[in-house]
Amino acid sequence: MGRRLDGDQGLTRTARQRAARFVSSHRGIRLGGLLAGPLLWIVGAYIGALIALLVTSLYHNETTGLLTQMVTEPGLDNYRTVVDSPVYRDVALRTVGAALAVTAIDLAIALPVAFYMAKVASTRSRRRLVIAVTMPLWAGYLVKGYAWRAMLNPESGLIKEVVGATPGYGLWGTITTLSYLWLPYMVIPIYAGLDRLPNSLLEASTDLGGTAGRTFRSVVLPLLLPSIVAGSIFTFSLSLGDFYVNRIFGGTTQFIGNNIYSNFGVNLPLAAAYATVPVLIMAAYLLLARATGALKEL
Amino acid sequence: MHNAHRCGAVAVALLLVAAACGGDDKATTGTTKAAPAQKQIGAGEGAVSILAWPYYAEDGTQDPNYDWVSKFETDTGCQARVKYFGTSDEAFTLFGTGDYDVVSASGDSSLRSVASGDAAPINTDLLTNYDDLAPFLKEQAWNSVDGTVYGVPHGWGANVLQYRTDVVSPAPDSWAALFDPNSPYAGKIAAYDSPIYIADAAVYLMATKPKLGIKNPYALDDTQFKAAVDLLKQQNGHLSEYWSDYVAYEDNYRAGSTVMGTSWQVIANTLQADKPPTPVDSVLPKEGSTAWSDNWMVHSKAQHPNCAYEWLNYITSPDVQAEVATTFGEAPANLKACDSIAEHCQTYHADDKAYYDQLHYWTTPTKKCLDGRTDVECKDYSEWVAAWTEIKG
Repeated sequence: MGRRLDGDQGLTRTARQRAARFVSSHRGIRLGGLLAGPLLWIVGAYIGALIALLVTSLYHNETTGLLTQMVTEPGLDNYRTVVDSPVYRDVALRTVGAALAVTAIDLAIALPVAFYMAKVASTRSRRRLVIAVTMPLWAGYLVKGYAWRAMLNPESGLIKEVVGATPGYGLWGTITTLSYLWLPYMVIPIYAGLDRLPNSLLEASTDLGGTAGRTFRSVVLPLLLPSIVAGSIFTFSLSLGDFYVNRIFGGTTQFIGNNIYSNFGVNLPLAAAYATVPVLIMAAYLLLARATGALKEL
Repeated sequence: MHNAHRCGAVAVALLLVAAACGGDDKATTGTTKAAPAQKQIGAGEGAVSILAWPYYAEDGTQDPNYDWVSKFETDTGCQARVKYFGTSDEAFTLFGTGDYDVVSASGDSSLRSVASGDAAPINTDLLTNYDDLAPFLKEQAWNSVDGTVYGVPHGWGANVLQYRTDVVSPAPDSWAALFDPNSPYAGKIAAYDSPIYIADAAVYLMATKPKLGIKNPYALDDTQFKAAVDLLKQQNGHLSEYWSDYVAYEDNYRAGSTVMGTSWQVIANTLQADKPPTPVDSVLPKEGSTAWSDNWMVHSKAQHPNCAYEWLNYITSPDVQAEVATTFGEAPANLKACDSIAEHCQTYHADDKAYYDQLHYWTTPTKKCLDGRTDVECKDYSEWVAAWTEIKG
């Protein structure tokens, strides 16, 4: 290092000093240099990929003999296929339905759990509960997926033996497993929302003669709605984009993700066109969420 | 004042981004012409990336009894990175990424990889075992184009009908077992999750609906194709699953949630080797079957071409061929392997060309009918893919 500095004397050094002085005296350049990296990532990797997806969806494949080639001639044929053929509509509806079911199940479980964590448990056990809820996130997605596969087995799974009935494989198995996988993403925002809710409000409602149900409906729920919507954004979008759980559980049914996966190698433009469907669904969902003010909770 | 600074910052950041983006325009697109075949095997690169059907490149981690990759690594100094795929479409897509040096390709992906320029011509002079491979496997339509060799035969066998012996009675001997809507095992039957499975329906129709006139299950005209697709749509109603993940599929037989389905011999072998054994058996149904004839191909832009050739020579050597063939349950390509596994070779008809010819090997369907008909147009693979989406619903 010292040697380099020695050799660097003279012109180079003054030039460097001059540059340093120039940068430090211009705030804009300083800030710009700092932001360029993250911005490159967002514009290039995130938005760039989305644009590439949209552009690809306008192309189409042409097969001559064995060779299938992508023809870069823009057109809307793929979108016509996606809209017109009933199978794509059915798969999309099934996926959205499953994502909504997962969200509803997670909400039903997360509300009481989060309420207990935030309002009933002692400070010490509260911390432990937060760790307990987030602990499954430490284990790999596939490990949990295959573990549930063993548990849900319709013939000899743990659930069947303990409960006597099991959702089995197929759509219900997929929904059950996804509900398990994404539950922490619902509990944590609701817990945070409840944690911010002053106890005095609950007491005031009780003092005024409000029943537990009435307090929940008129006091807790309106204040908690943004947190619920924030949690549902996670559970809904993660379910909408999932394909592996469906692949190992799905039996004979497919999700949007499975369809994209199977088209990816053989008809990329069609896969790209179909991939815009979840993007649009999520955009609509986020616009709705923004109306509730939930985006401030994220 | 403050705003002016912020605008300046954004402008500079955008400029830097633009400058950085401008740099990556070098990547060329479009198809590349096949490079000339390799002239010699030089010093190994210390690594090789292998894309293979499950059980083709075992290193002992799954089952200590199945290990032939470790010896390759010690012998050649090439560390093997193995990736398994479940369907030929997956193989074709993954091989197309250029991340793999070699692939064990079946006939329904091999020629597509040649057409896309991913496969390199193979210099058979560099192969130490090429002369010993069964002659009816070499320089065939699915591994060679215009006299140029792109694939080195590995092994072949038929897709089988597998069933739980303790549940399915009497033992099935026909594919009808999988297509019967009134089957007592409805809801516990599985089919293979790939468009190429349409050919399995066509094989069944060849035997049961001779009026359709199907000569080759991969050359289907409108009427024949529709019949096969309708049969599969009706089958969908009584299936438990379409499988492509062989590990999950094996588990379903262990648990009994699937009791019958199309399968590979190696899956039956694995289940029978369980402790205690899972009671399954497999049969080649009387209608015949679809089959695979696999070939090793080298990527045209292989990062480890020398280790790739080392692998070709290793995996086609008699001892390794014997080990893979008995593990997987297939006929080895190298007939010298039969010296040590004579009985196995007889069971699988390893050198029996007549037997070989009666199976229907996976191949890529094209508009030009593969059975030689010129008066009709056949459904090409992209239409098979679209139909497969419809069948699964």
